[in-house]
Amino acid sequence: MNREKEHIQLPDQDLEKETVTLNLGPTHPATHGVFQNVIEMDGERIVSGYSTIGYIHRAFEKIAEHRPYYQITPLTDRLNYCSSPINNIGWHLTVEKLLGIKTPKRVDYLRVIIMELARIGDHLICNSILGVDTGAYSGFLYLMQFREKIYEIWEEVCGARLTTNIGRVGGFERDFNDIAFRKLEIFLREYPKALKEFENLFTRNRIFIERTVDAGPISAERALNYGFTGPNLRAAGIDYDVRVMNPYSSYEDFDFTVPVGTKGDTYDRFLVRNEEMWQSLNIINQALQKLDQLEDKTSFHADVPQYYLPDKEEVYHNMEALIYHFKIVMGEIDAPRGEIYHAVEGGNGELGFYLISEGGRTPYRLHFRRPCFIFYQAYTEMIKGQLLSDAIVTLSSLNVIAGELDA
Amino acid sequence: MVDNERVLEKLKSAFGELIHSPEEPWQLLTIRTDPLHITPIIEFLSKDEELAFTFLTDLCGIHWPYRNEKFEVVYHLHSFINNIRLRIKVAIPGDQPRIPTMTNLFLAANWMERETFDFYGIIFVGHPNLVRILNVDEMTIFPLRKEYPLEDNTREDKNDEMFGRDPKLIQAGI
Repeated sequence: MNREKEHIQLPDQDLEKETVTLNLGPTHPATHGVFQNVIEMDGERIVSGYSTIGYIHRAFEKIAEHRPYYQITPLTDRLNYCSSPINNIGWHLTVEKLLGIKTPKRVDYLRVIIMELARIGDHLICNSILGVDTGAYSGFLYLMQFREKIYEIWEEVCGARLTTNIGRVGGFERDFNDIAFRKLEIFLREYPKALKEFENLFTRNRIFIERTVDAGPISAERALNYGFTGPNLRAAGIDYDVRVMNPYSSYEDFDFTVPVGTKGDTYDRFLVRNEEMWQSLNIINQALQKLDQLEDKTSFHADVPQYYLPDKEEVYHNMEALIYHFKIVMGEIDAPRGEIYHAVEGGNGELGFYLISEGGRTPYRLHFRRPCFIFYQAYTEMIKGQLLSDAIVTLSSLNVIAGELDA
Repeated sequence: MVDNERVLEKLKSAFGELIHSPEEPWQLLTIRTDPLHITPIIEFLSKDEELAFTFLTDLCGIHWPYRNEKFEVVYHLHSFINNIRLRIKVAIPGDQPRIPTMTNLFLAANWMERETFDFYGIIFVGHPNLVRILNVDEMTIFPLRKEYPLEDNTREDKNDEMFGRDPKLIQAGI
């Protein structure tokens, strides 16, 4: 506690006034995970705060230095676990860049579909939980069932729901089956209606507006200086989106707008996320059309047998496949030397992979640029002078995911 | 039109020999400099109106036990206006590495530097609160340094060679 006490900053003329120290977390439901905020309160108003993180630190970077490239994918699942496929595919794109693998267009479009579904899943949980934090539970119930539907689509594609481990270096493990596409169609048909209903419930709701407008604001300049990216930066008025600025996986083929806010407060962040869900639906629809127009309707991975794990059936009957399978699993195929920074637009912002390869089967150094870790340090500044209830909705709207914070 | 060439040209004209070994791996301009000059260089890059590297994307450390300069701090900057990224690598000599902090230029550097200190023991001179961030305060080692193996190297139930790990290198602390 002594260290936290050093960070209490009382207002200038109020030295005599007694303040109360409030420990918000580390296992408080309002902290949405495991991080502690020690807040100094003057009545209902926050005088200063101090954030402590690291409760679930799992040394991913150290583990990654000892694992072959394809085995690092499960580590990325556990960063922002609300949208793990984006992390998986982001990692695969980084390794593909290192190995010089070019994926077929069909793989790119399928990846775009998966990533945008993941973005919807990420945003819908953030926004609906924001509703719960303001006292409205029904919005959460409306949307949560669609998160289940997204899980079911992932289940068809890769067999897993939360820690998806979707895909491989070079493409997907298997082709999407018809059920996956059918489930996707149902989702695309039903979700807009629910999202519209959700918006009607909140965006012009008097109580919701009173609770969120001007709660936890941050200016564009401060947000940039703090390293904000993603919806939190866009809500402050800067239209930076990795998908537009540095397109990957064929994002340059899609038409979509990047929503921006003006004040950078909780309400703006909510609106930006809502609009992004509409844009993601738009992108998925375009991707499905493009898939239909493609001549190639079968390929789901690049033709790189030395890097892409062969199909299990083939391993039993084909000598080359068996050899490649063995070599890949035992890590006998060395990656070239190189140094790469590759970024994707994660659910929370720019998710970057800084990879140094000295040759060999494992990375020499891998650093994850986790958006949450970088912007969460602004939280105490954002809630200074605000009410405790504002601090709760601000934390909720920032969408800080503990897995990403503590990698 | 600002491109890698223009960035390098401006940097060279402002700092001359202090900027060395430029490379462009995967089109990302990478330059090297030394700890003494990193602050003026990043200040120049962020304040120059044409270049406008106003965004610190990432900051992290690397350990090279076999090199003379054992530690490296890597900065990734981004100029949104020109949409150019830039990587700056600073090699730091000695077992007790020290480098100036960037917190007075970028607030984002605060936690990134704490994390780098936590994992590598690199001291960021002038940092307002350089304490461990992800690991426990009582920890005495810096775990991402290469001398700390991932697993207990006294274990005998696993044959390291079968898992692609060279026992000799593990013994040598690499």
